[in-house]
Amino acid sequence: MSQARLSPGVVPGRLTPQQLAANFVDVAPPLDRHEAHVAADRCYFCHDAPCITACPTSIDIPLFIRQIATDTPDAAAMTIFHANILGGMCARVCPTEQLCEGACVRMEAEGKPVEIGALQRYATDGLMAKRVHPFRRAPQTGRSVAVVGAGPAGLAAAHRLAAKGHDVTIFEARPKPGGLNEYGIASYKAVDGFAQAEVDWIIGIGGMELRHDQVLGRDITLDGLRAEYDAVFLGMGLGGVNALRAEGEDRRHVLDAVSFIRDLRQASDLTTLPVGRDVVVIGGGMTAIDAAVQARLLGAENVTIVYRRGQDRMGASRHEQDHATASGVRIICDAAPVTLHGNGAVAEIEFAYTEDGPDGLKLTENRFRLRADQVFRAIGQRLDGAPPELQLIDGKIAVSAHGRTSLDGVWAGGDCAAGGNDLTVTAVAQGRDAAEDIDARLTGRPVEIPG
Amino acid sequence: MADLRSNFIGIKSPNPFWLASAPPTDKEYNVRRAFQAGWGGVVWKTLGAEGPPVVNVNGPRYGVVHGADRRVLGINNIELITDRPLEVNLREIKSVKRDYPDRALIISLMVPCDEDSWRDILHRIEDTGADGVELNFGCPHGMAERGMGSAVGQVPDYIEMVTRWVKTHSRMPCIVKLTPNITDVTKPAAAAKRGGADAVSLINTINSITSVDLDLFAPQPTIDGKGSHGGYCGPAVKPIALNMVAEIARDPVTAGIPISGIGGVTTWRDAAEFMALGAGNVQVCTAAMTYGFKVVQEMITGLHDYLDGNDMALSDLIGRAVPNVRNWQELNLNYVTKAVIDQDACISCGRCYAACEDTSHQAIAMKPGRVFEVIEEECVACNLCVDVCPVENCISMRELAVGEIDKRTGIPRGTYANWTSHPNNPMARAAE
Repeated sequence: MSQARLSPGVVPGRLTPQQLAANFVDVAPPLDRHEAHVAADRCYFCHDAPCITACPTSIDIPLFIRQIATDTPDAAAMTIFHANILGGMCARVCPTEQLCEGACVRMEAEGKPVEIGALQRYATDGLMAKRVHPFRRAPQTGRSVAVVGAGPAGLAAAHRLAAKGHDVTIFEARPKPGGLNEYGIASYKAVDGFAQAEVDWIIGIGGMELRHDQVLGRDITLDGLRAEYDAVFLGMGLGGVNALRAEGEDRRHVLDAVSFIRDLRQASDLTTLPVGRDVVVIGGGMTAIDAAVQARLLGAENVTIVYRRGQDRMGASRHEQDHATASGVRIICDAAPVTLHGNGAVAEIEFAYTEDGPDGLKLTENRFRLRADQVFRAIGQRLDGAPPELQLIDGKIAVSAHGRTSLDGVWAGGDCAAGGNDLTVTAVAQGRDAAEDIDARLTGRPVEIPG
Repeated sequence: MADLRSNFIGIKSPNPFWLASAPPTDKEYNVRRAFQAGWGGVVWKTLGAEGPPVVNVNGPRYGVVHGADRRVLGINNIELITDRPLEVNLREIKSVKRDYPDRALIISLMVPCDEDSWRDILHRIEDTGADGVELNFGCPHGMAERGMGSAVGQVPDYIEMVTRWVKTHSRMPCIVKLTPNITDVTKPAAAAKRGGADAVSLINTINSITSVDLDLFAPQPTIDGKGSHGGYCGPAVKPIALNMVAEIARDPVTAGIPISGIGGVTTWRDAAEFMALGAGNVQVCTAAMTYGFKVVQEMITGLHDYLDGNDMALSDLIGRAVPNVRNWQELNLNYVTKAVIDQDACISCGRCYAACEDTSHQAIAMKPGRVFEVIEEECVACNLCVDVCPVENCISMRELAVGEIDKRTGIPRGTYANWTSHPNNPMARAAE
């Protein structure tokens, strides 16, 4: 047992390097060929399949599964990539039980869906492992498009635009591309540097220039981009994090969950990453789960997720919740933080149980306290520094069909655009569809959107 | 408990499940294991004439057709008759029969098509204690090219001639095994009957190429880059075998000759179907080759349960479906049914819709919420939706009562009438 295992406070090295390595292996190991064929055999090849409808990118799932079953996994991968160039990452991070697998008719038949996500990974991993980009660009159009943000939306838009012959420049605020795929998801969901490998593979189509450390409003302006490029796609995600609005929030060791997840993903040595003994995560979405589970895997003794509403309102899927509880995370619902106590550093949080009534959520007088030497905020993110000339809805960029913003020649998609659902796959769909619309605008060609 | 004891042309066995003459019955070791597992009888793998035994290929002997999850649907083989010395086989047969007197032990035979050869082999097997002989007129590969096997089975006159020799030179019950590689199975069956056969058994394997190796461009199984047609068997051939059994059972010339049913029997249900179509017992090979000898235990308990559940004796089952096998023109054209989809059982896969809309009669409507409903005005009752539905009993066919309007034709359902009296039939005779 590591010396630091039970040390109070926020310390590194609670677990041995061996324990950490074992804890952070691939959470859902890939299917081998036999497993994939057994899984593929279960697909009924439904007419106008509900899984396709449930997929934001409308991947032709029955077709790609049939292609796996007939031992042509590369053809299956192409079916996926035609609709979703980030099909590899989506196979890892999609809440499939809420999307394709939740809609699978096998749920109705026997409560066990076809393993669509795992099959998608089988197909896409196989083709991507060949390290050859499978699409060829159309003849160059001489048009140029600026894409802000190298996350799922931006990459999907950029790839489709490049494929259609446009020259694309991607402006990324961070030192690495990938967006939340690189910085914002649990590391056990995309092991072995998959996010960067995927970006490299996508860029392999050519016609894309990636510029790092380019922050909109600091290094580049929307006006400047509009003047220089024929079209602009905004996919910069959400840079800000919502505050708890609880007393004592400014104490030490009260952090944003996204920062913790980011630091963990970027850490070259997990033994150097400090984590509390008693960790509390406030929030109910995927980010809360990813932070809580990883805190446990780093060696935190007690990790509790506290969510202010009922369990059925949690943004995290049931599968994610189960993964958290199976990892030793406790989930408390219907409770909101009131005060963070401590002397300099946080030591304890006081919660009030809530009641969800017709007039909204109310704090009750029923209180309890949790020991906490580290607290992660995971109560949602917000768009910071949106160009003032853009019309916003609920703090996000207002878009109409295909991601058109209130400004001519400017499109937006992904988490920064209003009306989405904060899923990678939705961001991909929005980026792709905006690219189709941009292409139609620039060339007069028809829009080709799957599904 | 229903009594499964079987008496087939005087050959008694504790149940009607025999292993067919095939690789599983090639030697004492296997046959003892089969009897230990509970098989009622065994047809020993075909013996040839005295002399140097045949040789088999040393590459793969079997090809396969798989269903989902590599379930074996059909196997073909290019194995020949026994490649072990006649002496060894005879000694082993005698030994096994001595230890299992209650089980049926039949010897399959194939020798050149002359009377001396047949007289000699019949003489050689006389004191093995075997219960009967089965004449292999079916083997479709290797032996046929030498004028034996299906080369005999495809010429009714030869069948009759050889059968007569066998009946002349042996007192043993004689089963003639028929090849399906002909156009009308009643012709060889009738020939066997004329020759004095006590029974026929069918089907032997079907000429086949199971698959082609798309790297070698050769049929499988592939021997040094080349392949040969082989004999196909297993669940895939059952429908063909059932029809041939029924043809013999209902043809006025061949009706009544005892039939040992062979071809894809895999479960008790398959066996019951063969027997309902007139087989007095069944022979099994591929199921045993796929799952081992233990499968017979499911066949035994299954047939028990079926007979008990229906208060039937084994003899009640045999041939019970034969009167209902008719020629098409005797079918009631006024029998009208319509598909009905059980909405509670439906899982909304839409396969019925795709099948009907794309390939049939556009008689299923896809409604909002993936609700699928039959359009009776279009439904011809083809049954394709029932066949492709993945949920058992989700779609059924409702029979219209006599007098009820068929919404497709607007005509009330009538009483029995078939094609022979139909106005569209140029040959129609006036209905009596």
